[in-house]
Amino acid sequence: MSTSTGSPLSTLREMGARRIGLYLVLLAGIVFYLIPVETAVATMFKTQQAFTATAPYVPALGEGFSVSSAIRAWETLRPGLVDSMLMAIPATILSALFGSLAAYGLTTIDWRGQVAVVVLIIAGIFIPYQAVLVPLTTFWFQIWPGLVTGFVNTVFGFVTGGNWAYPRSGNVQLIQLTITHAAYGIPICTLLFRSYYQAISDEMIEAARLDGATAFSIYKNIIFPLSLPMFAVTLIYQFTQVYNDLLFALVLLNDPNTQVATQRLVRLTGGVQQDFTLTMAGAVIAALPTLLVYIFFGEQFAKGVAE
Amino acid sequence: MREILTRLRTAGARLRSAARRTAPTDDKVATDGGTAVGERRRTALRDRLPVEWELVESSPFWLPPVVLAGFFVYGAIFWNAIISLTDWEGLSLSGADYSDLDVEMYARLLGDGAFWQATQNTIVLLVVFTLLCLVVGLLAAILIDQQIRFENTFRTIYLLPMSLSFVVTATMWAWMYNARNGVINTFLRLLNLEGLLVTLLKPEAINATVLQWLSWNTTALPAVIFALLWQFSGYAMVVFLAGLRAIPTEHYEAARVDGASTVRMYMRVIVPQLRASAVSASVVLMVFALKAFDFIFALRGDQPGANLDILATMMYREAFTGGNEWAYGSAIAIVLFVLALLIIAPYLYSEYRRGEL
Repeated sequence: MSTSTGSPLSTLREMGARRIGLYLVLLAGIVFYLIPVETAVATMFKTQQAFTATAPYVPALGEGFSVSSAIRAWETLRPGLVDSMLMAIPATILSALFGSLAAYGLTTIDWRGQVAVVVLIIAGIFIPYQAVLVPLTTFWFQIWPGLVTGFVNTVFGFVTGGNWAYPRSGNVQLIQLTITHAAYGIPICTLLFRSYYQAISDEMIEAARLDGATAFSIYKNIIFPLSLPMFAVTLIYQFTQVYNDLLFALVLLNDPNTQVATQRLVRLTGGVQQDFTLTMAGAVIAALPTLLVYIFFGEQFAKGVAE
Repeated sequence: MREILTRLRTAGARLRSAARRTAPTDDKVATDGGTAVGERRRTALRDRLPVEWELVESSPFWLPPVVLAGFFVYGAIFWNAIISLTDWEGLSLSGADYSDLDVEMYARLLGDGAFWQATQNTIVLLVVFTLLCLVVGLLAAILIDQQIRFENTFRTIYLLPMSLSFVVTATMWAWMYNARNGVINTFLRLLNLEGLLVTLLKPEAINATVLQWLSWNTTALPAVIFALLWQFSGYAMVVFLAGLRAIPTEHYEAARVDGASTVRMYMRVIVPQLRASAVSASVVLMVFALKAFDFIFALRGDQPGANLDILATMMYREAFTGGNEWAYGSAIAIVLFVLALLIIAPYLYSEYRRGEL
């Protein structure tokens, strides 16, 4: 297609009717995939008058433009965004690190029977989380505090006098949620790293082995530096998964002062009288972290998804 | 039998270590004696192990993550299965009585109309959503694969909804489907189609002049499926696009030389080669459909009504709200788990048979 010369019109003529039809369909696709997001952004910046007077997808300018809903939504969601980050970033890093180590031990080092472990790990990706919710709740609210309290009071009894109690604050619940997410993220991270490690050539590792390198030094000096691009993919993908989750937070965080962004958004939309300028502002603000990650690292996200 | 095998193995190991000790170590002693002795001792130790040395050597890497994930995934599922056999309910989290196990909760499920309604909704959602996603995703992938300009932009935008949280998309679609002035109804009004659709879709005994997508039993589930299609068809597109790119260009050229039209070429030559992509995409999509809890919960809370109740929402409602029917909720969770297993077990088995794991 010669585009360097000639007017846009002649370029169009060169393309022919089929080509134009193709691009029109593709543009319709863009409208389809973007209109809910565009409508949300248009709606969040409207006054109540403009909201009732204009079509939902038409942005309001001048008189009808207002940031008051956006500010209200931001104030409601801000603590949730902080808690989400405090939870999602460590959980993502832990999952990725564990996933990389597991994939190394299950791929690069070859031993009989490892496929059985791999099958168990991969099946763990597809578990509906409802199947673990009740034990998870009992574990984090009953068993674990009981164990830790008993341990501390027995071992450090001379300090605590047996009166130490497991702290049940919102922050502790946030740490518990972080560990939970880290654990359930291991299977998918292992799978992502495993398919990557399968493609690394054996020769280099064999050579290192003959030179007497230990398994750990092979990981540290060869595998880990080689897997940095895959760490980017895994971190990006897993961050969006953890940040976007609602179910685990719903069950494991019951302190109204410590709630993640998705939880706060549900509370914002749960009212009887729906104020759509406010809920749309909430939706857009809650979506911002993953949206930004997607815009800047879309390539890595697509790779993580395609596995 | 077993004894013979172990004996054979030890004999083999002894032979191997003997061979290793003679030939290469002799060389090494000549060059530097010190390490060779340590080497010999280590090799001897390795050969006396009951399992492969690689298993031992690699375990510090995979064992901690596998134990952690295994505890939370399989330990919890096993425990959940036990809980589903008790009669545990009520506010106290320590109240499960494990001495009296029976299948009472499963019997209760069979007689529960809400359970059958939720199962039906779950399966309809699963099947219709997955098929539609595959069709839309395949069409989008074929269109994008036509050597177009700005390919990356198109792909990025089509996949964008998938990066959003279910909670965010549910909030957005609640507004899209709003009866009075949501986008869908505004468009239909522009096209003069609203009146027609109201008469077509309106459930009996309801008097309405506007389409209430999410409340009517005729439209609620299709509306949710459409929103989920919007969110995940981009995923199917990415998977199919990778499949299309893996097909050698000669196949296209051969079909072209044979004079096949574009449509025929795709139907006869290209699409049949995308079977593997379609299978792996549908497994993931079905699992997403089973997890659609977040979407429906954000849309309708824990009481979505019979139209939208799926097993995931029913489980949460029974176990975590109202009377905290832990055992009953666990039984529903086990049904959900078995459904997921029915989908993934054949898939993993076929992957294993093809040596893809």
